[in-house]
Amino acid sequence: MIPRYQTVLFVVLLAATAVMGTVLWHLRQHEHQRLLQGEVSTPTRAPEVAPAVDATLMVADDADGSVVPQVLSLPLPPSPNERARALLGKLLDIYAAPGATHPVPGGASSILQVFLVPVPAGTPGAAGLSGAAAGSRGGPELAVVNLAASFADHHPSGLETETLTILSMCETLHANMPRITEVRFLVNGRPRATLAGHASLMRTYLATARTITGGAVASAGISAQPAVAGAGQ
Amino acid sequence: MVSGRGNAAAGTTLSLALFTARARRCLAVLPLSFAFLAPPAARAQAPPAPAYHFVVVLNPAHGGTDFGANLDGQPEKDYTLAFSTRLRSLLEARGISVVTTRQSDVRLTATQRAEIANHAEAQACLTLHASETGVGVHLFTSSLAPASPTLFEPWKTAQAAWITHSVALEGVLYSALQHAEIPVALGRTGLPAIDSMTCPAVAVEIAPDGAAAGSGSASGSLADPAYQAKVAAVLADALLEWRSEGPQL
Repeated sequence: MIPRYQTVLFVVLLAATAVMGTVLWHLRQHEHQRLLQGEVSTPTRAPEVAPAVDATLMVADDADGSVVPQVLSLPLPPSPNERARALLGKLLDIYAAPGATHPVPGGASSILQVFLVPVPAGTPGAAGLSGAAAGSRGGPELAVVNLAASFADHHPSGLETETLTILSMCETLHANMPRITEVRFLVNGRPRATLAGHASLMRTYLATARTITGGAVASAGISAQPAVAGAGQ
Repeated sequence: MVSGRGNAAAGTTLSLALFTARARRCLAVLPLSFAFLAPPAARAQAPPAPAYHFVVVLNPAHGGTDFGANLDGQPEKDYTLAFSTRLRSLLEARGISVVTTRQSDVRLTATQRAEIANHAEAQACLTLHASETGVGVHLFTSSLAPASPTLFEPWKTAQAAWITHSVALEGVLYSALQHAEIPVALGRTGLPAIDSMTCPAVAVEIAPDGAAAGSGSASGSLADPAYQAKVAAVLADALLEWRSEGPQL
């Protein structure tokens, strides 16, 4: 014969278990919904008043080490800093999407800020303007891209993949904002030696696409054909 | 039968050979005499090579606490060291002197690696990497803009005066790999270790073979010994061809 107090205790424990199970189920559902919302890569949204314009994104492909232009219609903010940030954000959204040709996690939130400052006279990028960009008002600009630490920490490690990421970002900026002739990278506001153990982030990259202009640093292009010895000298 | 003129010619040849041999011995001793000038890292790991020898520097990337990329469970540092050992044996079998920046699991800075390479006065410096992304072999030279050689090169951009030679070496490696039907891509990148090297310097990144990437089989993967042997043999033959093209310094 089971004592009465044990029966009561059993029922109370059973009820408590059911309540706790229900609470845990709700908490799990709540957390699941929160994670799902976090996974949705937030599109680079400009203010609704901003008109959509054609933007050229230089998208990398790991398969053949190429960077190919991809024209998209994007609502871009008028502020140059915000515009540069939106362009790079959209580029990283493409890399973070499933089935990307150059998979890199992170997305648009990996670009914390982009600062545009005039290129000091006498530096290689100061002579990098050409054509319409040179004729427009204002001189060449240095873009300082501040990346999130999580982006660099989770970037795939490898010489080619890191080089392609840097190259595509530099070329995207220059393709849409020709006055940007130099690009530097920070991670969480601080200099960092490499992106993910290979490609240097300590140098200033010339954003002028794949041309050696006699400056200190040339663009880091990748091709499937050998370059001619001494090219660009 | 040897005529008197023949004897005289043979004597002259012998004298020249003896003189050449003595000169070679003297030249071989010279670098040793100045070994005390080398930094500690270079003294410990890279005995100076005679200047007239064809020397190849192999620089396996990463090491120690720097693991590099994760190659399906294997750290990149182990892969590059093993590949360096394999390539070294192939090169030495072909009569090529080899200096390696590291032969064990130690961490070296980019400066130490460049010091070892520069003291070796090498005719080719290969920095070895490996990656799971991409296919085939990726060849990189420094993205520094070419510059004319000067008496004193800035340490961080010393490679700028060697870019032309580096691109030429890259072309020889590219041709050999393509001839062996290994997918190959070329590029320029910012890599501190090669930016300070005063030799024709190329970074070689080995990725899985293109054909195997699609099939999902172990053949042609990074861990496949046959694939590693194939790439190493092609690189060794390419360096032999590079040597046959004459002094590059």
